[in-house]
Amino acid sequence: MDLNLTEDQESIREVFAAFFDGETGPARARSAEPFGFDAAAWERLLETGAPGMGVAEAVGGGGASLADLAVVATEAGSRIAPLPLVDHIVTTRLLAMLTDPSACNNDVLAGSAIVGLALRPATKGVARTVPNGAVAHRVVALDGDRLVIDQHTDLLLGAHLANHGCLPLAHRDLADAETLAEGPEAVAAHARAVDEWRTLTAATLVGMAREALVLGVSYVKEREQFGRPVGSFQAVQHLLADLPGLIDGAHLLTAKAAWAGDRATAGITGTLDVDANDVTDFPVLAAMSLVAAGEAAVLATDRSLHVHGGYGFSEEYDIQLYYRRARALTWLLDDPARECRRLAGMFLAAADGRLAASTHHDSPQANTETGRS
Amino acid sequence: MDFSLGERTEAFRAEVRAFLDEHLTVDVIERMHTSGTFNDKDFNGALAEAGLLAGAVPGYGDRDPIELYVLFNELEKAGAPYDGLAVTMLVAGVIHAVGTDFHHTEVLERLLTGEFNCCLGYSEPDHGSDVAAITTKAVRDGDEWVIDGQKMWTTMAHEADWVILLTRTNPDVPKHKGLTMFLVPMGLPGIEVQPVPTMASERTNATFYSGVRVGDEWRLGEVDGGWAVMGVALAFERGVMGGTNPAVPLLNHVRNWAAEAPSPDGGTMLDDPLLQERLARTAMANQVSQLLTLRAAWIAATGGLPGLEGSMAKLYATERYQQAVGWFQQMAGAEGLLSFGVDGAAADGWIDYDGRHSPVVTIYGGTTEINRNNVAERHLGLPRSR
Repeated sequence: MDLNLTEDQESIREVFAAFFDGETGPARARSAEPFGFDAAAWERLLETGAPGMGVAEAVGGGGASLADLAVVATEAGSRIAPLPLVDHIVTTRLLAMLTDPSACNNDVLAGSAIVGLALRPATKGVARTVPNGAVAHRVVALDGDRLVIDQHTDLLLGAHLANHGCLPLAHRDLADAETLAEGPEAVAAHARAVDEWRTLTAATLVGMAREALVLGVSYVKEREQFGRPVGSFQAVQHLLADLPGLIDGAHLLTAKAAWAGDRATAGITGTLDVDANDVTDFPVLAAMSLVAAGEAAVLATDRSLHVHGGYGFSEEYDIQLYYRRARALTWLLDDPARECRRLAGMFLAAADGRLAASTHHDSPQANTETGRS
Repeated sequence: MDFSLGERTEAFRAEVRAFLDEHLTVDVIERMHTSGTFNDKDFNGALAEAGLLAGAVPGYGDRDPIELYVLFNELEKAGAPYDGLAVTMLVAGVIHAVGTDFHHTEVLERLLTGEFNCCLGYSEPDHGSDVAAITTKAVRDGDEWVIDGQKMWTTMAHEADWVILLTRTNPDVPKHKGLTMFLVPMGLPGIEVQPVPTMASERTNATFYSGVRVGDEWRLGEVDGGWAVMGVALAFERGVMGGTNPAVPLLNHVRNWAAEAPSPDGGTMLDDPLLQERLARTAMANQVSQLLTLRAAWIAATGGLPGLEGSMAKLYATERYQQAVGWFQQMAGAEGLLSFGVDGAAADGWIDYDGRHSPVVTIYGGTTEINRNNVAERHLGLPRSR
């Protein structure tokens, strides 16, 4: 057990913190509205090698683990960087793991061609509300049991869908899309990519939640009413004091999901036993991390905005930028309640499996697995 | 980061689980709920005999805080009587940290046999959260101290051999600076224990001290240095030694109930979408509680004092537990109100039990509000509000 970042991760964190401080931040996010894309910052990002960092070195990438990428995503999230980095990285990793990885070419690894992922299967030949659909040259989507790629030379800013979080959302028509893979391989690769998206989006939301808390705390320390800082009132303090545990908990869960994802890549099977609170299964932790980080970000931005009083909802203040993005990213994939039901389905099936195993093989070991109480 | 426990800790956990399979019988659990005393000397003795108890003392022996966490977490998840043991081992840890040779021989070594117990004498009828304001006084008389006062919430006092007692030794200095801690043998003349029954079925006590004389060798820490000893005790108490995974057995009980209980909408309650969602939210909160607690243990294992992290773990875990119990009791309807041993009780009465128990955990060991104050002032840097 080790809860420190590795030395490498610590330097990755420092490098990207400096980059996002210099090239992004709330002011840049504001001027990048409504598209949610800062082309100049993306150009600068290409120099860091970030777009290809998630792909194995053997294929020409940077060889970063999911855990490394989560560190980057959190730094991006805390500056609400208007860059499609998580979507791009997740999609490069998806392309690179296919039997034919040729779509993960040099343009994609360099980031001069931006790629994106349709999170939900296409309906009637259209991938709807693709997270970075308006700013991706190429979008990968699951259409039935085919994994397809829709390619354009230019960005589709004209197709941008105005939205709550000023994200670069667009529908993508798949009529001219080419097939990358079919059948179980296509479905499994897409599912894995969406789980990675869950994990890295959770990491992004952790960053947003942290910064929202910082904004709220610094505001209540300065703002005075009734002759004293509003942060000296216990009613205000307690609204904020719930948040560090919630955010740190979501951060730990997200880091654990990334760790489990890397173990899954290395061929180590996770466990899924909620009766012993023993969970190292990647898909389950990925879903949990998105629910937990979404909850933390939604609550942290809500409370931080609230303690800003009227200024909280004025466009001039930054907290409203975080407030809208936290909701957009949390609810983009699905209703968290439905994510939870899917989660329950996964762990209840695992529990039923253990029960069946212990009934059929009445060995002491099987009994241990079914729990004691 | 690495979230695996490591081979040594995994082996230790397997040892604990094997012990529980053998020794945590239905009788032990029933005895605990019938008597209201969440302490079982036979069970504790068996733990000692199995060599698991020396490892249960924070800072003592060769077990690190993560193994300590593992032990209490396994006891908690299995529904074992561990409350008395946790307090006893916490006191053992305090003795190990600040005690004299006399305390080691006279008390600590005995505590490790599992046959002796301690209780905590901090709170008083008029001083709970503001514990530094306590008024039970200790006055020096030659080589002895004379103690007079009253303590509240002295759970296990009726079975305890010693009480760790916070007293006022100097009323003329700021409240934190005039406190002294004692280890007081419960058999001394002048000590009286009165039961305080609770709605949670667990018994606690009020204890009265009238002209109780103890030798100076029973003093724990410096004269007027009692607040520092409290600091050590509280850092051990919050987080690492159980109390942050009560919703693990709850989830198991509810899941088993729901698989059998018919739903008014047809099928079983396990088919109910809202119940499924809430089971998942509980499983998620259980993971988060575990991680926040492990973080506190890990900080302790790497040489830090995880006071704030313990506050965060307790705050999160106990509030979520209370919320989950509320959800499930409501969803179990009338059957969720029925108690242990009653025909038709949902989850054999466990839901009613958790409904009674869950308000307690957000109060003892530092209330939700005290923990919020800690986080607001010491983590967020907000001004003191009182």
